[in-house]
Formats: sequence, structure tokens, C-alpha cells
Amino acid sequence: MASRKPVRWHIAVFLAPAVLVYTALMIIPLFGTLAQSLMNKDATGERVFVGLQNFARLFGDAIWSDAFWNALANNTWFFVIHMLVQNPIGIALAAILSTPKLRMAAFYRTAIFIPTILSFVIVGFVWKLILSPIWGIAPGMLDAVGLKFLFAPWLGREETALTTLALVSVWQFVGIPMMLIYAALLSIPDEVIEAAEMDGITGWSQFWKIKLPLILPSIGIISILTFVGNFNAFDLIYVAQGALAGPDFSTDILGTFLYRTFFGFQLQLGDPYMGSAIAGSMFGIILVGVCIYLFGIQTRLRRYQF
Amino acid sequence: MSARTSLGRTIAAHAILLTYTMIALFPVFVIVINSFKSRKAIFADPLALPMPDNFDLVGYQTVLKQGDFFLYFQNSLIVTVASLFFVLLFGAMAAFALSEYRFKGNTLMGLYLALGIMIPIRLGTVAILEIMVATGLVNTLTALILVYTAQGLPLAVFILAEFMKSVSHDLKNAGRIDGLSEYRIFFTLVLPLVRPAMATVAVFTMIPIWNDLWFPLILAPAEHTKTVTLGAQVFIGQFVTNWNAVLAALSLAIVPVLVLYLIFSRQLIRGITAGAVK
Repeated sequence: MASRKPVRWHIAVFLAPAVLVYTALMIIPLFGTLAQSLMNKDATGERVFVGLQNFARLFGDAIWSDAFWNALANNTWFFVIHMLVQNPIGIALAAILSTPKLRMAAFYRTAIFIPTILSFVIVGFVWKLILSPIWGIAPGMLDAVGLKFLFAPWLGREETALTTLALVSVWQFVGIPMMLIYAALLSIPDEVIEAAEMDGITGWSQFWKIKLPLILPSIGIISILTFVGNFNAFDLIYVAQGALAGPDFSTDILGTFLYRTFFGFQLQLGDPYMGSAIAGSMFGIILVGVCIYLFGIQTRLRRYQF
Repeated sequence: MSARTSLGRTIAAHAILLTYTMIALFPVFVIVINSFKSRKAIFADPLALPMPDNFDLVGYQTVLKQGDFFLYFQNSLIVTVASLFFVLLFGAMAAFALSEYRFKGNTLMGLYLALGIMIPIRLGTVAILEIMVATGLVNTLTALILVYTAQGLPLAVFILAEFMKSVSHDLKNAGRIDGLSEYRIFFTLVLPLVRPAMATVAVFTMIPIWNDLWFPLILAPAEHTKTVTLGAQVFIGQFVTNWNAVLAALSLAIVPVLVLYLIFSRQLIRGITAGAVK
């Protein structure tokens, strides 16, 4: 051995490809976008530094701020529906699935996860078909049980379109919380469950008193995944309602707003600087959410080591 | 008494799960059955099963005559498989470096790579498009492969590193004593042992890539680089009145990802559970 401490080149070789691709296509563009949100064109078309002016326009100038706050409010509602509907249903399904000796559990699990693997194009189209007042399977089915009066063109009405789309998204993604909670429930050791049974805690009270506290960290994870996913959503709205997020922008969320601003639509030209400012705002919102989770929630959750 | 309540509970559990399974599968079922029916039958009774008297393959004929669909499929397949390959290879290599060696900046590097799990790559789209324009990669499949590789890496590194920590040190040290290089140890000893984890990562990486609409729409909307997802979206726009064709196209788009999912699903739950135990 010539030198006692040779440079361990293999570490660099192992790390290099991942770090290079990741840095070049994720980190640099992210910061490039943030930097661009501080720029704009001057009268001659030159790129100049404008500080926080773009953000000031986005939040305060009525031309931009109306659309921005509308998108943010819609996005928040979209997220609230996911938290109130998707995650409880996912947890309930996982709890039922993890019943010991349940037959066909693998079948149910596989089937319920299938919507998650479908593309948004398929999901958007099929739900438009089902809910369509013309072909509509939904009106026919409601008619069959005598509830036809309940039917309305939900996707076409301003008051109901966003909620309907949020529920479609819930239908599509309920498999993810289900899978993660199911895995967490399976990892609870049998001794803990047996001890609870010894003490006469079974069924529902066993779920509420023993299992639920143990899976709280997993519930925290699905909440933050839902948050990041929802504030980054775009595809479902785009395929179902188009880039204009109709009717009358009632389904506009930050993702569709970013797309329209950056690429333009109809007569409005695209604006990369304001687009960057919107992306920067989304970055800020997601960062705040992730920080609240990491420092406010995660550290307070008690983890149990078995 | 206990036997009866537990029987009741089992029946209730099956009833709930069966109901939800029907809710989950119903829309897929509607697409597939109607894709095999004649146009008249689709409108007359959307819920009827395809029977000899209403059976019609005209939708599939239209789609296949279009010809482009095969190209779209090929594009999607190339992009998905190539990205998956690079994510798994690069991800496993980086995960091995992070979990195996102690070096300065190890934790920092781990955090740096994990950042991408929380921050979506889409937010950098504006700058990504500029990079692609500058390098002339717009409207190439390479652009999509590069972006998806970057997108998949953070989660892959994170999950694989967790698994690699559990690979026995004795095994690796035995390899070292036998004179295997670090590269041989990684490729011949460690990689085969983390295959279940690789399957989990593969599913989680593959689905969003196959289904993505955002990046194909922005980086590669040209006719020769369209993916199935984008192709189907455009197809729906053009053939909006030809429902046979649209339903057939959608049925065809479901098949590949469904097959891959069914192949991997067993590994998937095993991978998730093993990860959760940690």
C-alpha cells in the first residue's frame, strides 16, 4: 500500500450520476425559477431585476390578484375535501382490510388501488361521461332508484364543479392512504394486540385506543403527501375543464393558473416572469406546509419502537 | 356469542369492501364494455354488456388505422423504461454510497437528495424549459427521460438507502476479503438482495411517469414525441364525437400500466410493509 489513506474514488463514482442529474434538472431549475420571479422586462425588452414587484402585483394588483386569490381559495378547498374525505375513507378501508384472517384481502387491496394507476386523461374523461346529462349513466342510475330529482349537471355548475372534481380526485387517490395505513397497521406487533385483548379491548375501541395512536405518524405522512400533491395538482382540472378551468374559473387552482400564465391562452400572451412568480408562491406555500409538518407536527408525534 | 358477532363483523367487512371495490372499478368497467359495442348500443344502454347483437370493434379499427397510436405507445414505453432504468441504477448507486460509507458530508448529502421528495419538480418547469431550449432538447424523448430521472431519484435514494442499511455487513466484508472491488460488491452482492425494494420503487416511479401530462405537454408536444397520455388527450379533442374510437383508445391506454401493476403488486405491499417496520 503506497498511501495509507487513498482517496476513495468509488464513493464519488457511486454518487456522481444521481447528484449530477438531480442538481442539473431539479435544484438549478428550481432556483432559476425563483430567481426569474424577481426579474421582469423593462421598456426595451431587456431583462432587469425588479425585486419583489412581481409578487406585489400578483398579490395586490387586481388584474392578477383576483385570479391568484381565487386559485388559492379553490386550491385550499380542494385540499380540505381530500383531508376530510380521502384520508378518513383510506384509513377506514385499511382498518377493515387489516382484519385478521379476512379472505380476499389481496383482491380488494389490488382492486381499490387500480384507480390510482390510471392516467388523468382516462379519469377525467370517464367521469365526464358518467356525470354527463346527455349520455349520463348517473341520471339513469338515479332514475332507477327514484332519485332523479337529485341529479344536476354537477361539472357544469359554478357552485358544484370544484367539489365534484375534488371528489373525483379522491376516488382516484384513495388507494395511497389506504396502502400506507394498511402497511402501518400490519407492522403493529401481535403482542400489543394480544395484550389489548387480554384487557378486554376489542373491535372499535381497540382501533381507537390502541391502533390509531400507533399509526399517527403514518397519518401525518399521508397528510403532508396530500398537501404537497394537492397544491401541485394540475392534470385532472386540465383534462376535465381545460386550461381555462371553467365554468368561469370556478375550478381554477394554482397549477392551472401557472400553466395559463406561463404559456398564455387564447389572446393573452404567456408571461414567464409572472409565471415564475406564481411558481415561487407555490414553492413558498408548499415550503411553509412542509415546515409546519416537520417542526410543528412530526416532532410532537410519539413514535413507538417495537 | 363471540362467534356470532365476529361472523356479523366479517360479513359487514366484506360488504363494505365489496361496495368500495365496485365504486373503484365501475368507471373502468364502463369504458371497457362500451368500447366493444356499436355506436347505437353505447347510447341506447350504456350499462349493457357487449352481446353478439351489439358487438362491434369499429372503435379499435379506427384507433389502429390512425397508426400514430403505436408510435405514442412506443414513445411512452421508451420514456418509462429508460427513466425507470436510470432512476433505479443511479438511485441504488447513490443509496449504496450513502448507506455504506462514512464520509464527510454524508448526512448533508442525504438531506440534499431528500429535498426533492417534498418539493415538486414542476415548480422548476419555467427554467427546465429554458435549459431544454438552450440545449436543443425540446421535442425529444431525451428531455423527458432526463426530467423523469431527476423526478424519481429523491424517493428512490431515500427508500433504497433504508433497505441497504439492513444488508449484512459480514457478507460485504467477506466479499472484500475475497478481493472483490467495491463495484463488484455493489453489483453482485448488494443489488440482488434489495430487489423487493427496487420493485416498490419501480411502481412508485413508473405510474406518475406513464401518466404524466404536464411535461409531455410542455417539453415534447411534437407529433413524433407524443406519449400515450398526451396522445389520448389530443385524440379525445379531435374525435370528441367518435365515442367508439375514444373508448377504444382509453381501453388500450389502460392495458399496459394495468399489466405492470398486477405483476408488481405482490412485491409492492411487501416493500411497503418492510419499509414501515423500520
